[in-house]
Amino acid sequence: MRQIFDILANDARVTPEQVAAMTGLSEAEVRSTIEEAEKDRTIVKYKTIINWEKLGNEPVMALIEIRLQPQRDVGFDAAAARIYRYPQVRFAYLVSGTYDLAVLVEGKSLHEVGAFVSEKLAPLEGVQGTATHFLLKRYKEDGEVLEGGEEDKRLPLTM
Amino acid sequence: MRNRIAGRLDRIPPSGIRKFFDLVSSMGGVISLGVGEPDFPTPWHITEAAIHSLEQGYTMYTSNSGMIELRREIASYLKTTYDLDYDPNTELLITNGVSEGLDLAVRAILDPGDEVIMPDPAYVSYPSCVLFADGVPVRVPTSCDNQFKLAAADVEARITSRTKAILIGYPANPTGAVMEIGDLADIADVARHHNLMVISDEIYNLLVYDTEPVCFASLPGVKDRTILLAGFSKAYAMTGWRIGYAAASADLIAAMTKIHQYTALCAPIMGQVAAIEAIKAGEPEARRMTQEYDRRRRVMVKGLNDIGLTCFEPKGAFYAFPSITSTGMSSEEFAETLLTEEKVAVVPGTAFGQCGEGHVRCCYATSLSNIEEALTRMARFVKKYRRS
Repeated sequence: MRQIFDILANDARVTPEQVAAMTGLSEAEVRSTIEEAEKDRTIVKYKTIINWEKLGNEPVMALIEIRLQPQRDVGFDAAAARIYRYPQVRFAYLVSGTYDLAVLVEGKSLHEVGAFVSEKLAPLEGVQGTATHFLLKRYKEDGEVLEGGEEDKRLPLTM
Repeated sequence: MRNRIAGRLDRIPPSGIRKFFDLVSSMGGVISLGVGEPDFPTPWHITEAAIHSLEQGYTMYTSNSGMIELRREIASYLKTTYDLDYDPNTELLITNGVSEGLDLAVRAILDPGDEVIMPDPAYVSYPSCVLFADGVPVRVPTSCDNQFKLAAADVEARITSRTKAILIGYPANPTGAVMEIGDLADIADVARHHNLMVISDEIYNLLVYDTEPVCFASLPGVKDRTILLAGFSKAYAMTGWRIGYAAASADLIAAMTKIHQYTALCAPIMGQVAAIEAIKAGEPEARRMTQEYDRRRRVMVKGLNDIGLTCFEPKGAFYAFPSITSTGMSSEEFAETLLTEEKVAVVPGTAFGQCGEGHVRCCYATSLSNIEEALTRMARFVKKYRRS
C-alpha cells in the first residue's frame, strides 16, 4: 500500500492502471486505496511544481521566522491557525529552536510581502517578533532541482 | 611484412552491436532500451566523498591490491551478508570493474586449450576473455523454457579432460535470469564432483526482485574452488568509476595480482574512495534504486507480454529478454527494423550467443515514460509484422 503513495508522491499523473502494473497490485485495489485516501485527506491535493522564473513573473517570496507566545490548553495551534489561514502563507511549520513558526509568504512585490508582514502578521495577538528573509533564488523545490535538468549522458548502446 | 595484427584476434568476432551503435548515434529521437547501465547518477554522498578526497590530494596510486580500507569493508560485507570469510590482506583484490576481474581470473587459471563451460546466451565478454587467454569457451544452450537457467546436467554433459572451469553470471545479462539456491547447488555439486573451478560473476547480485541474492561461494564446499567477482557499478550506479573486486583463496588472488600489477597497476583511487563510501553508507540509496527498477520491470514485462512479445519474468539485473519470433524476424532483423521504423533501440539476442536468436534485450533502466513510449512504438511495430 505504502508503494502507491510513494509512486504518487513522486508523480501525481501516474494512473491507477500504471500504479497497478508497477506494484503488481490489482487495479481495483489501487483505485479504492486512492479513493479512500482522497476522502480522508491522506492525499491532500495533486499539484504541479512550476519554475516561475521561466515565465518571467516569479512571485516574491519570503521566509518569516515568527516567535509566538504559547497559550494555555492550545499551545501554538490557535496562533498558528490565525497565521496559516492567510492565502499569502504558502508553507507553515512549527519548528524547534530560537523561533517557533517558519512560514513562507508569497506576494507580487517586495512591498506587498513587507506590508503583509508588518500589517497582518506582526500585530497579531501572540506574535512576539518576526524576522523576514527574502528569497533570492530557488534551487530546489520539493525534492526537484529547478535548473538544468538531468539529460541522459549515457552512451545509447552498451553491453 | 608479417600481419600487423596478432592472429589470436582473428578468433574473436567483432562486437555484435557495433553497427547498431553507429546507426543509433546518427539518429535523433531514439528511445534506447539498449544500454547496460543504470540511468541514475551515482548517489551524491558517494560522489561528494570522492570530490572531497580529490581536494585533499588523493590522486596517486594505491597498493596493487587496492586500498586496505576498501578490502576490509568488502571482507566485512561478505561476512555479514553471506557468512563468508575472506582475508582482506591475501584473499581480496580490487579490480578495474568486474571486466578486469574476469580477464585476470581466466588468465590466472587457463593454460592454452583449457576449456571453460559457460551458458549461451551470456555476457559478451565471457567467451572473448577466454579466447584472449588461449582457452576454449564451451557454450551450454539455455532457453526461456527453463528461464535461461544453466542446468547442471547440461554442464556435466560437456565436461572433458580439458575442462578447467565453469563460468557463470547470475543474475544474468542479457536475460535477467537468476539461479535460485537449489539451481546453484546443483552446479556446485558438478564442480566438486569433477574437480572444476568456478568463476562467478555477481555484479548484479544486489539487483534481484522477489527473491534473495545468493553468493555462489557461500554454498557448501565450493569456496576454495570459486573466484567471486563483484563490484559497485550496477547496484550503486557507479559504472564509470570502474571498481570491482575478486575474492578467492590466497593462491588464486596472488596469481591474479601478479597479472594485475603489471597490466593495470591498481584501480583508480578516486573510484576506490567512492566505493568505500558506497559500501559504508550506500545501502538506502541502492535499495531505493532497486525498488524503482522493480516497478519499471513489472511495467516492461507486462507491456511486452501484452503486445505479443512473450517474456518470461526476469528476477534480476535490469533486462527483459522477450521472444520476437511472433514477427518471423531474426533478432538482428528485428532490432534493425525496429530502430529504423520506430526509433527504439534494443540489442539483438545473438550479440550474446547463438541461443539468443529469437530474442532481444530490453533494458528497463530508463524512465517510466520512456518505457511506455517504447512499448507503444513496439506494439505498432509488432502489429504490422505479426505472423499469426
